[in-house]
Amino acid sequence: MSDFAIRVEGLGKHYQLGARESGYTTLRETLAGFITNPLKRFKSLSGRSTEDESFWALRDIWFELKPGEVVGIIGHNGAGKSTILKILSQITEPTEGRVEIMGRIGSLLEVGTGFHPELTGRENIFLNGSILGMSRAEVRRKFDEIVAFAEVEKFLDTPVKRYSSGMSVRLAFSVAAHLDPEILIVDEVLAVGDQAFQNKCLGKMSGVAQSGRTILFVSHQMAAVEAMCTSAIWLSEGRLRDSGPTSTIVERYLRSVSRGAMQPLQDRHDRQGTGEIRFKSVSFSNGSGESVMNFQCGAPAALTLQFETQSQRTLRNMRVSLGVENELAQRVLLLDSRLVRSDLNQVEPDGGTVTFVVPKLPLLPGCYRFTVQAMVNGEIIDCVRNAGVFYVEGGNFFGTGQLPAQGEGLFAAEHEVHFQPRAASEAAESTLSAS
Amino acid sequence: MSEEIVTSLPPAVPLATAAEVEPIVARIPSVPRLKHTIIEPRSGWRMVDFRELWRYRELMGYLIWRDVKIRYKQTVLGAMWAIIQPLLMMAVFTIFFGRLGGMSHSVKGSYPVFVFAGLLPWTLFATAVTQAGQSLMANANLVNKVYFPRLILPIASMGNGIVDFGVSFLMLLVLMVWYGVGFHASLLLSPIFFVGTVLTTVGFGTLLAALVIVYRDFRYVLAFLVQIWMFASPVAYPVSVVAERYRALYALNPMVGMISGFRSTLMGEELDWTSVTVSTAVMLIFLAAGLLYFRKTERRFADIV
Repeated sequence: MSDFAIRVEGLGKHYQLGARESGYTTLRETLAGFITNPLKRFKSLSGRSTEDESFWALRDIWFELKPGEVVGIIGHNGAGKSTILKILSQITEPTEGRVEIMGRIGSLLEVGTGFHPELTGRENIFLNGSILGMSRAEVRRKFDEIVAFAEVEKFLDTPVKRYSSGMSVRLAFSVAAHLDPEILIVDEVLAVGDQAFQNKCLGKMSGVAQSGRTILFVSHQMAAVEAMCTSAIWLSEGRLRDSGPTSTIVERYLRSVSRGAMQPLQDRHDRQGTGEIRFKSVSFSNGSGESVMNFQCGAPAALTLQFETQSQRTLRNMRVSLGVENELAQRVLLLDSRLVRSDLNQVEPDGGTVTFVVPKLPLLPGCYRFTVQAMVNGEIIDCVRNAGVFYVEGGNFFGTGQLPAQGEGLFAAEHEVHFQPRAASEAAESTLSAS
Repeated sequence: MSEEIVTSLPPAVPLATAAEVEPIVARIPSVPRLKHTIIEPRSGWRMVDFRELWRYRELMGYLIWRDVKIRYKQTVLGAMWAIIQPLLMMAVFTIFFGRLGGMSHSVKGSYPVFVFAGLLPWTLFATAVTQAGQSLMANANLVNKVYFPRLILPIASMGNGIVDFGVSFLMLLVLMVWYGVGFHASLLLSPIFFVGTVLTTVGFGTLLAALVIVYRDFRYVLAFLVQIWMFASPVAYPVSVVAERYRALYALNPMVGMISGFRSTLMGEELDWTSVTVSTAVMLIFLAAGLLYFRKTERRFADIV
């Protein structure tokens, strides 16, 4: 056994932006470039950067994984998590730094890579297995297990295009789950299938973790990271922000995310979108229009966002959505003007407000963060992640003064419970089966 | 981009038998040989890693198998297309170039067989180069998510073309019997020109595959280029149509040598040595250029595609 599985030293990756943003160009551009600026074009043709408008997706990354460690990589979107995985999988090359790996790497950056709808389940298992790096003999050996795990025995010889989406996803994951390298690199492939299958997948992954394999795992689901990883690495803006035992790092990460949400909206600079609309501030109120500090479960809740317009063109049919996340960074609610057919017809030049009203808030007590996004014709105009935080207190959702305890669910749901004595329920059953 | 260094085991000490010396049981615990990979930025030109290509041969086989299978899964006529298409081309060429164009006078023997024989290497080249040029974009999902030597994509994409060549070759033999064209021993040499065509295709195919990624307009240029190329190649007309003094210039098109060589060996005719040597030389240059250019731009594929 060597003393390390993966050693990363000074890793950096930069991309060039601007005219060559997509990386490719046309012959016309290159030739025109030759004429206007021969030296610059020559340098960039040979692959060396011209240092203008470059963007570092990763910078100065140092870490080491010992054999058998299960490490989670967390961080907000765009922090560079997937880039690290791509470099470790040798799909893209680093710009600087060095990586040393002892052992075979199996990369799961996507589930079902190479699946072809015209081929049968059986054929796709072999094809996908080969793509993932398994030899034909290995696939043959594990074939029955793969089929059993995916529960697709009866459909092995039907083309995959006939499969339900659940089935194809199960099959794809099943092949991937039987990849058996010394080092496994996984990119958020766990969010697949129904709950039962997800549990199966988590079980399989824990099994792999316990068998002494080294695993590098990227995920947004803090729950999964906490469950499986012994330590965690926190990436932020392409840099290594922190690393250590999982619970510590996850706690620090969540705290910083909430802290970001504390900043007044108008000072937030990490927005996305064209910027023609800017959300400036947020306020909360209850059903009577009174301003409140916190919401109550079961009571009317209204969240108002003020925005200003800075647009040259008229913006029509603006869609605003509000995504609500809980303390474990799980998306629990989406409020969206498109869902309720309330897109704004025309945006006034002075700006305005948008209010989301929930007549009977089903969220259980806790701390929630929200992300707000404005879109016009599929184009993002302004998007602020973790724009703010609100708290929900206990309230009288059911009219009984009672609510589920902490951890017993994410929502309160209106429901009824009926009991019937035996004779009556048998009669009810027979009428049910007759119909 | 990476090197593979396999840590080697010290040789195991054999168990000594009691009859010879005192029994020394020396058992070295087996240390698993771990694959050692180093990833760091590399610049400059790189050679083709043939060992790695060999290691990934199974994947290359699966990709070829996938392409061939898909192609025929939903077609009614299936493999018949490999015969019907060149036959139709042969008919069209015979009417327009042969009779109306008067080309049949420049050809000794049967013009239809002449054309069909020329169509074989040509069709292989044309379809395979087009497929190879598009192979990286068509498999972009693989390029972005999985590691494998990217070279197997353009090479595997030639699979269909080669299968078609095999089927059409059988048809050619049938046609030769039908038109009463005699068989010569030199026919056995024709596979050499098949291999030459394949190598020409590999060269141009890999070059174009890389060019298409870096310069997107090549995609549109490709189809157009191949069309013109056909007229610049001796498919419908014999090489003899081109005057001796221009022959070498003409043969800078590698398909000239391959097609004429293929046909000559098939018909038992004298090879046009000028064409064959010049074309082979050009083919080798482009083979090297294509592979090297591909290797050089390979590292950027996932960033661009």
